[in-house]
Amino acid sequence: MSYLRPSFRHPLLPKNELGFTRADYEGAISTLCAGCGHDSISGAIVQACFEMALEPHRVAKLSGIGCSSKTPTYYLSHSHGFNTVHGRMPSVATGAYLANRELIYLGVSGDGDTASIGMGQFVHAIRRNLNIVYIVMNNGCYGLTKGQHSATADAGSKTKDGGLNPFEAIDLVGLALELGATFVGRSFSGDKTQLVPLIQAAMTHPGFAFIDVLSPCVTFNNKPDSTKSYDYVRAHIEATATIDFVPEKKEILVDYAEGDAREVKLHDGSMIHLRKLAPNWDPRSRTSAMNRLHDAKSRGEILTGLLYIDQDSQDLHELEQTVARPLNSLQEADLCPGSGVLAGINAKFR
Amino acid sequence: MQQLSGVNDLVVRFANVNGTGSASANFLFAKAIVRMGIPVTPKNIFPSNIQGLPTWYEVRVSEKGYLGRRDGIDVLVCVNPQSMARDVASVRPGGYFLYDNTKKLPDELIREDIHYLGIPMMELAMHTYRDPRQRQLFKNIIYVGALSLLLDMEFSVLEEMIADQFKKKEKLIPLNIQALELGRTYVREHYAYPLPIRLERRDLVGDRIVIDGNTACGLGALYAGATVAAWYPITPSTSVAQAFEHYAQKLRIDPETGKKKYAVIQAEDELAAIGMVIGAAWNGARAFTATSGPGVSLMNEFIGLAYFAEIPVVLINVQRAGPSTGMPTRTQQADILSTAYASHGDTKHVLLLPSTPQECFSMTADAFDLADRLQTPIMVMTDLDLGMNDHLSDPLVWDDERRYDRGKVLSAEDLDRVEKFGRYLDVDGDGIPYRTIPGTHPTKGSFFTRGTSRDEYARYTEDGAAYVRNVDRLSKKWDTAKGLVPPAIFYQDGKQNETGMLFFGTTTYAALEAMDQLAEEGLQIDAMRLRAFPFGPEVADFLASHQQVFVVEQNRDAQLRSLLINELEIDPRKLIPVLNYDGMPITAARIRGHLVEELTHVAVSNR
Ligand SMILES: Cc1ncc(C[n+]2csc(CCOP(=O)(O)OP(=O)(O)O)c2C)c(N)n1
Ligand code: SF4
Ligand SMILES: [Mg+2]
Repeated sequence: MSYLRPSFRHPLLPKNELGFTRADYEGAISTLCAGCGHDSISGAIVQACFEMALEPHRVAKLSGIGCSSKTPTYYLSHSHGFNTVHGRMPSVATGAYLANRELIYLGVSGDGDTASIGMGQFVHAIRRNLNIVYIVMNNGCYGLTKGQHSATADAGSKTKDGGLNPFEAIDLVGLALELGATFVGRSFSGDKTQLVPLIQAAMTHPGFAFIDVLSPCVTFNNKPDSTKSYDYVRAHIEATATIDFVPEKKEILVDYAEGDAREVKLHDGSMIHLRKLAPNWDPRSRTSAMNRLHDAKSRGEILTGLLYIDQDSQDLHELEQTVARPLNSLQEADLCPGSGVLAGINAKFR
Repeated sequence: MQQLSGVNDLVVRFANVNGTGSASANFLFAKAIVRMGIPVTPKNIFPSNIQGLPTWYEVRVSEKGYLGRRDGIDVLVCVNPQSMARDVASVRPGGYFLYDNTKKLPDELIREDIHYLGIPMMELAMHTYRDPRQRQLFKNIIYVGALSLLLDMEFSVLEEMIADQFKKKEKLIPLNIQALELGRTYVREHYAYPLPIRLERRDLVGDRIVIDGNTACGLGALYAGATVAAWYPITPSTSVAQAFEHYAQKLRIDPETGKKKYAVIQAEDELAAIGMVIGAAWNGARAFTATSGPGVSLMNEFIGLAYFAEIPVVLINVQRAGPSTGMPTRTQQADILSTAYASHGDTKHVLLLPSTPQECFSMTADAFDLADRLQTPIMVMTDLDLGMNDHLSDPLVWDDERRYDRGKVLSAEDLDRVEKFGRYLDVDGDGIPYRTIPGTHPTKGSFFTRGTSRDEYARYTEDGAAYVRNVDRLSKKWDTAKGLVPPAIFYQDGKQNETGMLFFGTTTYAALEAMDQLAEEGLQIDAMRLRAFPFGPEVADFLASHQQVFVVEQNRDAQLRSLLINELEIDPRKLIPVLNYDGMPITAARIRGHLVEELTHVAVSNR
């Protein structure tokens, strides 16, 4: 069951430029386990959309199946949502995007949903540079089916009832970089300061914007040795840079004090400010992102932040050369060649 | 030796090696006969292979206009040494074996009861053409030339067709004509012509066209306003998506920007293909996929989602011989049950059953209206025979007054008028709820689409009563569908006889021919052609009012018969299966033979 929130809103709640309060971006009350990392990510999504003053009905939220994939009910109740089938959200999102290029597509998946059953579709959505924000709520296990290992589980880790995972973990960030994803980031469910601007930047990116979010499963995988537990992540997190997302319309206040700042301009004119913590960090180089990732891994550290962005990204519609108008808005006059043309076609077959 | 004779009633079979350019020569032959006003039915018999294996092309010529396949080969044109022994054996007594006598025929291939017509095709080609590729290609045209004289075809028709075909490569016209002449000259100098079985101009074709079903399906989707096509290559359905794309490239380009008013995506597999169709349709575009049995098997989970979440989907299933990879280049109607009840749980799906290219066009177009109206998957069930072979068909028709029926979709203005929108609320009592397209209204009409159980307001629920209300509404919608799908067609007024015959799709041609044969023998039966599932009341009436009904279909397990028994609660003893499942299109002789046997058996046991 989803529980509806009480509809009373305090009149003094802060409003965004559309006049909406943060609550207008919320959804039903979550039924996930208390403390589940996925809920924090939902919170970050609400915050990101509220701050960006998105029109909720211009967002379409899609997911697969899993605890993570249930979350779209818990945010953006004025947006259409689609809980598809296990691992196949990318194809449904692809069709949806083809039909209407004007909405913002927010896809949410789990590590089981993406790295196992849905691996094929994930890979091909990247290949087509589908214009979507694709968040994997990565807990290293199958939460909804009670804690089995997922393909992102650490080698040598144990399930709650003692089953050992002998296999190496798949790193979705490394994979996405290798496959040519045009926006690749990683964050931690508990780190809103990093996650919120990362989601905002992803929303403006014209192409496949992938964010791997470590999201501890308190019920099945919050063991101190799991690299997806609260304790481990807090102790081993390493950020590439601190991010500020500056929407297009806002005045850009550069923090001059930070000698090491780098600005990345997004296609719609908005900016990402990276205050560099890591030396020589440049998110526009795929190679350095891959090297840095290997580096961190060998030191047992989890690299987070915006690892890579392709500022010249061309998305699926641009690659397919479709018209600017949404395909779902075309009418008979645009679509049907009529009986005269058909008579000509018939004649060719005589 | 038995002497064959007759005008405009023969079967010519070509034995070729695939990948040698024989297809266009063979098509030239078949089409020229059509241009002489005589009905033909060509069939391709090809392997699942790209180059080097035997292929056959069979052309039935029928003055009476029968369009089914007929057994008994009158003329065999053999240009494939590999299959020669089999080809010699396949000619009917008194028939003709036309072959390349550049090499001598081995003695063991000499039959006493057929005629041999040797034409040194290779030698003629070697002498005339220097380029090896041309030698290969023109060898094929040489045999068409030879046949034209032997069968009394009009040479001017062939000339005209060559001129048409090479309008853009004029240099090739004289070379082709020369090849035709080589064959004709050789025949003139060596054989008596025309043969006693021959052709003669008629006016029996009218405004009919020669087209394959897949092209017609692709055009149907284009005319119906499909903007998203997602597919994965599989024989025999591939050319549906290709035809759609081919015509879209011509007819759906924005003149100002050069951009496409459509998208065709070759998906990574059939799961993704149908996923894309579902996503696009959910978001308000008309979308379709085309596949065959193995693809439908993969799509099962998604088909159930579309059924339960009530999303319009158009799926064209060009059936081939299963199970598994089966005989991938042979025809069957063997996916009836697996599509009618595709996916787990209680599901039922609307099937449309075209039997001609014209119906491939109109039913594909109708499928989009039905999918939108009923908010459910609609499967257009064609097969390899219909989809990949050329058929003499009535022309494709489109009524310019026709408007797309997008079904119950609420606009922003509608939503402002609606007090409380319930996505799964049965407002009109027909089981069909109203839907909204994402992005329509700032505050109203959004809902959550899911494959899990929900209440009338699209809220997740595990309440058994709400679940039952929902699935019962889906049953009501199914009843509504019975009144919307195309009704069965009858071939007599009212009930005339106690015995009936029921058929559908590509079985139609052979069934109608068999009926004629039976009538000539004094055996009258009634007939009904199914065009859709669910079955309308007229189908139940026909079965109820006849003592026995022959159910003709092309699969081993009499799948349509099972569906009739299951859905209409018919006494199984009443429905007598007439089956054909060797992968070749069914013949009238087979149906007639079966019926005669059954009917005389009944007569004997009644005595
Ligand atoms: C075809 C299919 N197989 C299996 C399942 C059962 N199933 C539901 S969720 C799930 C795993 C989810 O894991 P993940 O994506 O990591 O999500 P989490 O619950 O951990 O957030 C599985 C196997 C299913 N729903 N569909
Ligand atoms: S089982 Fe794990 S992933 Fe699922 S809701 Fe509970 S904590 Fe979250
Ligand atoms: Mg998981």
